[in-house]
Amino acid sequence: MKKVLSMETKKLISDDGIRYDGRKLDQLRPVKFQLGILQNADGSAYIELGRTKILAAVYGPREIHPKHLALSDRCLIRSRYHMAPFSVEERKSPAPSRREIELSKVIREALEPAIFAELYPRTMLDIYIEVLQADGSTRCAGINAASLALADAGIPMLDLVSSIAVGKVEGQLVLDVMDKEDKEGEADMPVAMLPSKDMVTLLQMDGSLTHEEFIKSLELAKKGCADIYAMQKAALEEHFKVSTNNSEEA
Amino acid sequence: MATVEPRQLVFPGTLLAEGRYEAGNNTYSECDKVFSSVIGLAEIRGNVISVIALRSCYMPNVGDVVIGKVVECIPTAWMLDIRAPYQGVLFASEYLPKPLNPMKEEARKYLDVGEMVVAKVLAFDRTRNPSLTTKDQGLGKVQSGTVIEVDFTRVPRIIGKRGSMISLLKKETNTQIFVGQNGRVWISGKTREDEALVAGAIRKIEAEAHTTGLTDRIHEYLVKGKKETEKEKEKEKEKEKEKQE
Repeated sequence: MKKVLSMETKKLISDDGIRYDGRKLDQLRPVKFQLGILQNADGSAYIELGRTKILAAVYGPREIHPKHLALSDRCLIRSRYHMAPFSVEERKSPAPSRREIELSKVIREALEPAIFAELYPRTMLDIYIEVLQADGSTRCAGINAASLALADAGIPMLDLVSSIAVGKVEGQLVLDVMDKEDKEGEADMPVAMLPSKDMVTLLQMDGSLTHEEFIKSLELAKKGCADIYAMQKAALEEHFKVSTNNSEEA
Repeated sequence: MATVEPRQLVFPGTLLAEGRYEAGNNTYSECDKVFSSVIGLAEIRGNVISVIALRSCYMPNVGDVVIGKVVECIPTAWMLDIRAPYQGVLFASEYLPKPLNPMKEEARKYLDVGEMVVAKVLAFDRTRNPSLTTKDQGLGKVQSGTVIEVDFTRVPRIIGKRGSMISLLKKETNTQIFVGQNGRVWISGKTREDEALVAGAIRKIEAEAHTTGLTDRIHEYLVKGKKETEKEKEKEKEKEKEKQE
């Protein structure tokens, strides 16, 4: 009981600018990427963003079923964001909720601008994002993992998609919002970008920010995305480096 | 000016070159800049800059010889899975020497679901499914042997420089091997053991595709494999002798 009380009374940001989990205001949680971990998928990736753990799988481009969904000029891209029943503290019903359906759409729209869908007319591409453990920023982590899974599947893309959330907690802007900060903070703003093109593909905001705060948040998110982008590239390099050695190819 | 070294590992969005360069395979250009669109190794040939993809799916090209698996029989054609996003269509007129009358006989009589066919891509423009033909030398139904599936991006490695790897495999094991452009390999040998040995060697090539000295290691692997099968045969013979005694 004593412990619970102390948790409730602890401030989210201490006076010297240290956050609830010991991070600085503009510091990311520890990030871990892993590629090609699913045998059956054409491409797959796993991300750990602090305690958020997500698995992404890509299937395709493959033959479209049912046939009437086929688009004559491009590949149909479908995505499914799903939270496992055990991903949150209280059991989540495995049926897709309103929130999950919305996030599926939002994530698809964040990834679509990067994909050269016109190269594969009349086919479809499935992106599955499975949240194993949720601790805030699941859509951002999902986008990061999905973009690596797409690259792993060999899908031609403009650039990798990197994503991070900026929040406002106790009047201060913070990078990479975790669950507690999201719930108790004043605002949450997930951003997804094509970092090398400086293009934004996802920009949402929940809560309220002033104009100045918004501009600052966007700058902070850009910086966060650049960091994530570097880590995504490092993960790809790590996974594919064996291949750089040589060749006697035909 | 190229901003990458030849054979450098590049990612989607990596800047490959600026200025008067032409965008080759797996790249795209914006203004006068060329970027990679996939994970792969950069390749510069003259002023054409391209990327050899490390992960990719097979896209049919006219003239490719592929190994397809029959998945559906329709009155005057067969649908073939060619490991591409599109199913291949093999019309009866492109497979049989005489016209097929669907009123009198079924297409299944000639080719049934699950059978493998070596076929050539006759036409493909992405608006319609690729049409295939078997009217050329060496094409037609796979009658014997084993067909294995390999990673499509490893096909050039299995063939080797000017067919060096494939001829090594053929010579050492005395088998017939055909590598389809879509990543299916047909192996036909005198015994199942020979075929299994070639399949094992191909798996090894697939796993170690981008390492140096692979041809030598495959040679060793084959020699070792042959010795083992001979030993096993001798053991079996001895066992039979014991039984007879």
